[in-house]
Amino acid sequence: MTMTSAPDRFPAPPRIAVLGAGHVGPVIARVAIEAGYQVSIAASGDPAEIELIAQVLAPGAGPRWAADAAREADLVVLAIPLHKFAALDPTLVAGKIVVDVMNYWPPTDGVQEMFEDRRYGSSEIVQRRLARSAVVKTLNHLGYHELDDQRRAAGSPDRRALGVAGDDPRAVDVAAELVDRVGYDAVRFGSLSAGRLLEPGGPVFGVPLRRADFELAVHAQAA
Amino acid sequence: MTTAPSDAVTASAAEAVPFPLILGLDTFGDVTHDTNDRPLSHAQTIRNVVEQGVLADQVGADFFGIGEHHTDDFPMPAADVVLATIAARTDRIRLGSAVTVLSSDDPVRVFQRYSTLNAVSGGRAEVILGRGSSIDSFPLFGYDLADYEDLFEEKTSLFAELLKGGPVTWQGKTRASLHEQDVVPHTESGPFPAWVGVGGSPQSVIRAARYGFSLMLAIIGGSPARFAPFSQLFRQALERFGRAPLPVGVHSPGHVAVTDEKAREEFWPRYLEVIGRYSTIRGFAIPTKQSFLREIGPQGALYVGSPETVAQKIAANLTALGANRFDLKYGMGGLSHEALMTTIELYGTQVIPRVRELLT
Repeated sequence: MTMTSAPDRFPAPPRIAVLGAGHVGPVIARVAIEAGYQVSIAASGDPAEIELIAQVLAPGAGPRWAADAAREADLVVLAIPLHKFAALDPTLVAGKIVVDVMNYWPPTDGVQEMFEDRRYGSSEIVQRRLARSAVVKTLNHLGYHELDDQRRAAGSPDRRALGVAGDDPRAVDVAAELVDRVGYDAVRFGSLSAGRLLEPGGPVFGVPLRRADFELAVHAQAA
Repeated sequence: MTTAPSDAVTASAAEAVPFPLILGLDTFGDVTHDTNDRPLSHAQTIRNVVEQGVLADQVGADFFGIGEHHTDDFPMPAADVVLATIAARTDRIRLGSAVTVLSSDDPVRVFQRYSTLNAVSGGRAEVILGRGSSIDSFPLFGYDLADYEDLFEEKTSLFAELLKGGPVTWQGKTRASLHEQDVVPHTESGPFPAWVGVGGSPQSVIRAARYGFSLMLAIIGGSPARFAPFSQLFRQALERFGRAPLPVGVHSPGHVAVTDEKAREEFWPRYLEVIGRYSTIRGFAIPTKQSFLREIGPQGALYVGSPETVAQKIAANLTALGANRFDLKYGMGGLSHEALMTTIELYGTQVIPRVRELLT
């Protein structure tokens, strides 16, 4: 698989574009802003339509057209419904780190042919289509309703662990730093294929686990 | 109170509007078990729901709602028929869907059925429109879940037109267009109340405001307080669309018994069984005793306990959310009809008066 590596350096911290203003997008935008990131948010259409959502649910996130938000960002969070992914123009996110928080979840969202090849995790299929981006899978396996409440400062005994999986080590580092700054322990996986452990039906999906228990759970599954 | 689509008026959503407090009950027709813990038939379950609705009226609940479902453990595809039966045996309680899966139904038929319910009940019908968490109706009626957003958007717009009364002209992609179409039965005294049920999508909140529907927040897991920004979003959106303020309600699951311990002991094993089964199907975590205790505590979404415990939690969350309506979704597959009747009785005779007392 060919891909453009993520840039070596960012003006710290990297600028984030959240694509998606549904259940998940505004929550991620808000916690990223609170973690000190500069964040823009975009839905599929006119930013005027999500102005109020941004203002109330993610104060400080600038509503943008998707193309503008992505162009100006270093890291793009994909928080769109998975069935709309096929319509996303890959050139919008070329050269960017893409954090894929989407899930392929047929019992809830219906069957989608594009993601039915069970040899690959959904994020691997996303990566194949976004060949010029560095895709990282994370923030997909805790509920959007938990993302806000369960944040804890580093070192807190009840801090929840989240998996961060990707093929590009620098992209994984940047995403792991985002996860950590937001308020979760990042457990790194050096391949996107390992992201299958984070999917619905997997050992950590929807389960609040601290780092040690998280590592135990994924090891047990991988063994 | 007007909860149906409002006319465009200039109003400030910042003004607190004291809508009347509404305390209701919802069911999905969860299959109940007999004294030997065997599931009752669908037919008996439905007849029991009628009895539960009648009792809800007698003990003073303001609203009785039935959520559309199409599965073996929730045999409730025709809520309006059951509601009409309850209507014939009551004269006070309001009756409605909770929710109607509008995306996979025909808005004209939904309007006709609930307008008919409104007629036979003497003006007591309501609808809550939404998807619900179940998707069974989509394949059943030949709809593609990928079209969910477009279906709901279009059908909501048509439903808003139908509710206004008078000839309807409407054009869309999801059903035949209407031109100056008279849709019967006409309502006697204006539109019946219509709400949109929202589970967590801010775009649904905006949509409810755009069409002038009241907002029903379905809070079935996690902290209720996190929905407070949704109330705020709804009020600001109404203001932006030039509409008068509209009420906000909360729907959450629970179980009431004489004591906290009894409520927990009755509810937990059934909750574990039902939610655990759906967890396995849908690939999310099976509940643990710890997660259950969190959900029934002050930071959780379940209202399980004695009348005092449940009343305190309802009052606290209505205040936190700026809401004026609470519907308790009672029942859980496997509980007995008798346990559900007890929940309804305690809810009506003790929880409701206590919540009213706490909020005045």
